[in-house]
Amino acid sequence: MDSTAQAHAHTFPERAGEYVRIGLILFVLTALEVGAYELAHRPGVPLHDFLQVWLIPVLIVLSAIKFALVALFYMHLKWDGPLLKGIFSFSLFLATFVILALLALFIYQGKFSAMIGPLTGVT
Amino acid sequence: MDAHALHPATSTGIPNRKLAIWTFIGSECLFFASLISVYLVYRGKSLVGPYPAEIFEIPLVTVGTALLLFSSLFVVLALNGCEQGNRKKFLGWLAMTILCGIFFIGMQVYEFTHFYHEGLTMQKNLFGASFFTLTGFHGTHVTIGVIWLISIFIEGVRGHVPPAKALNFEMSALYWHFVDVVWIVIFPVVYLMNK
Repeated sequence: MDSTAQAHAHTFPERAGEYVRIGLILFVLTALEVGAYELAHRPGVPLHDFLQVWLIPVLIVLSAIKFALVALFYMHLKWDGPLLKGIFSFSLFLATFVILALLALFIYQGKFSAMIGPLTGVT
Repeated sequence: MDAHALHPATSTGIPNRKLAIWTFIGSECLFFASLISVYLVYRGKSLVGPYPAEIFEIPLVTVGTALLLFSSLFVVLALNGCEQGNRKKFLGWLAMTILCGIFFIGMQVYEFTHFYHEGLTMQKNLFGASFFTLTGFHGTHVTIGVIWLISIFIEGVRGHVPPAKALNFEMSALYWHFVDVVWIVIFPVVYLMNK
């Protein structure tokens, strides 16, 4: 390491241990996701009945935790200022809104058509 | 003194390029949200097969997912090494990241080829059209990320990425993490919630 590098080495925190811990947590969460999927598709095993009903909510929660861990620790949002946190949070809010709005639109498409049809003459 | 003090002062206190990559990542969130929405809207609406449950190979994709997750760990360790001026750590972890990225692309190429031989194409049914569009665009992003990381690796070997220029690498690392978080959403939505 040259002198410039040594000078800079003091300006950046050593977080390797923390990154590895987060990596292990991400690995375990992924294993839990796949495990939940396998249990939900194998009749007779423990938790099969529960996961047949709750698989999607369980997967959503696990992937949300993984998403948050990568964004906060690996993308350094935990240590970044409010502007960068705001840009990403606002984008995520819009993205979630787009997904939910489109799903609602298509799921209830038939119901909307039935409601609006008699008013507009379009069936 | 933090990393930003090494760069010209800006009105926001954040290097302009870092602000730009975060804004780009924000726009990409909306891009992938649209593709994921389309996949979800058409989920279970294919009139003819092959259907997802018939052709998905969950163990293979799980390995690809683990590789992408580990690559995120490796790239952040490489960035840590770059910032500390530890060239060996920087280049070593960066090489591991690139290898993981290449393996992931290989997994996707194998999967697409396998699906094609099973009769699934973009024109076959709604599942094929939405699946190939979503995962194809993600794979393209991974490929661009790998090319970007390879260019940083070459610069690093030449000694052109000192700690003072760690931001050049941090931008590609942020992009790589974003590609990873998109897959964190795609993996359960497409592969584990299939029907």
